[in-house]
Amino acid sequence: MSAAASLSVFAVELAYWQQTAIKLVVVAIVIPTAALILGYVFLLKMMSFMQSRLGPMEAGPHGSLQLLADGLKFLQKEDVFPRRADRAVFALAPAVVLISTFLLYVVLPMGPDAVVSGLDAGLFFALAVASLSVIGVLMAGWGSANKYALMGGMRAAGQLIAYELPLVLAVMGVVIQAGTLDLNKIVVAQATGELFGWGGIGFPFILTQFVGFAIFLVAVQAELTQPPFDMPVAESELVGGYQVEYTGFRFLFFFMAEFGTAFAFAGIASVLFLGGWYVPGFDVDSNWLNLVGPIVMFVKIMAVSALIFWFRFTFPRLREDQLQKFAWKVLIPLSLLNIVMTGIFKVFV
Amino acid sequence: MSVFSLLVAQNVVFWVIAALMVFAALRLVTTRNVVHAALYLVGVLGGVAALFLLMGAEFVGITQILIYIGAVIILFLFGIMLTRTRIGDEEKTDHRNRLGAILAGLAVAGVTIYTVIAGFGDAELGADTRTTTAEVSDSIFSQYIIPFEAVSVLLLAALIGAIVVARRE
Repeated sequence: MSAAASLSVFAVELAYWQQTAIKLVVVAIVIPTAALILGYVFLLKMMSFMQSRLGPMEAGPHGSLQLLADGLKFLQKEDVFPRRADRAVFALAPAVVLISTFLLYVVLPMGPDAVVSGLDAGLFFALAVASLSVIGVLMAGWGSANKYALMGGMRAAGQLIAYELPLVLAVMGVVIQAGTLDLNKIVVAQATGELFGWGGIGFPFILTQFVGFAIFLVAVQAELTQPPFDMPVAESELVGGYQVEYTGFRFLFFFMAEFGTAFAFAGIASVLFLGGWYVPGFDVDSNWLNLVGPIVMFVKIMAVSALIFWFRFTFPRLREDQLQKFAWKVLIPLSLLNIVMTGIFKVFV
Repeated sequence: MSVFSLLVAQNVVFWVIAALMVFAALRLVTTRNVVHAALYLVGVLGGVAALFLLMGAEFVGITQILIYIGAVIILFLFGIMLTRTRIGDEEKTDHRNRLGAILAGLAVAGVTIYTVIAGFGDAELGADTRTTTAEVSDSIFSQYIIPFEAVSVLLLAALIGAIVVARRE
């Protein structure tokens, strides 16, 4: 796979175990950092500005160290178990959710060789491991021995099952156009594409797959259980849903998983629809893209995240039945129609 | 052939995964807690997916994760949690036909082992056994198109049947 190719990035030769160690360390650093950046920029600052307030200002310049301080506080807290909880299940649940987030980063490409493992079915892998988090949510809801937690867990499961279908179906259009499930090859397909015979900026798939992009973002919103799809945590009716009994570092796990997953999904959306790490003017397999690519990807990820969080802060919560109806009666038929149209164009145009 | 020549990464990983799967499978049938049983099943099915990946069957392995862990188990857990909310051991998880169950299990294991040995003998896997998704889909939609369509119709019939059974006018 890409292992042999990445041996000689900038003439640096590394053994397999050295590469693996570096990749593990990078991913282990990226996920908390991504959670900190998204949490600070959007959750603390953008939401505050939208509501005409300043947000946290004390810790660090403009409150930029607020989440770090919160994280340290969480780490110092006592590890509390509810008395009647199923201890093993309760303790493992946040780890299962976080593992699902870690696995998402395995296939997220940041450059031609800047990827942990460029699987041949990378997109399929990402969608499969994203569904693992539901098991952690159900474990948390059930293990807490709390009726609100259980209701939150059930709602989350129902919602995630319903929205996994539009999530998978929405990306089918891109897969048909690119003719591959390999995320790096999808980037290359966009980089080498032409816009009416003009290859200046390649061909970002959002130009033809805007329906897929919209459905993907809505489904991601539901996968993240963010408003307007936050019935599973609904603090005003379920006092926090499946997270209600969690505190300290286990709660921190949930927080990191939520924002880390948001970052990863924004990255996948950038790869699928916005051209990924490619910069016009470079060769597609130029080594410089391993340096410039991550920066470009970061900018695109922040732009997509801004959209995700903009919806989060501006829409009121849906009702449970509205949410299910929206998935089954609007999003799924629409994405199927999108697949059919893309197929017709692929064959005849 | 010395013992050490078998000590390559693939073999070591295989035995680790296999041991974990056997442990999870045994706990799955011996635990008295239904939710724990479902979670042990996650371990067994995850092990199956890992074995597929180990043999280079990427697409099948990922499908195993998406369908069995991501959907089937979640429906199991969903059903269990909707119907029994009590945490703790259940009384009626055991079965009276233990002997029959053991015999059936042994029979299935025997047939599987016989088929594998009769089919493959001591054939060795090559160094690179990876199959790409494109190869899998090409063979499904050309060589195996009739079985594929037959299975699709069967699943559709099962789906309609489930709706008819579940629906009360």
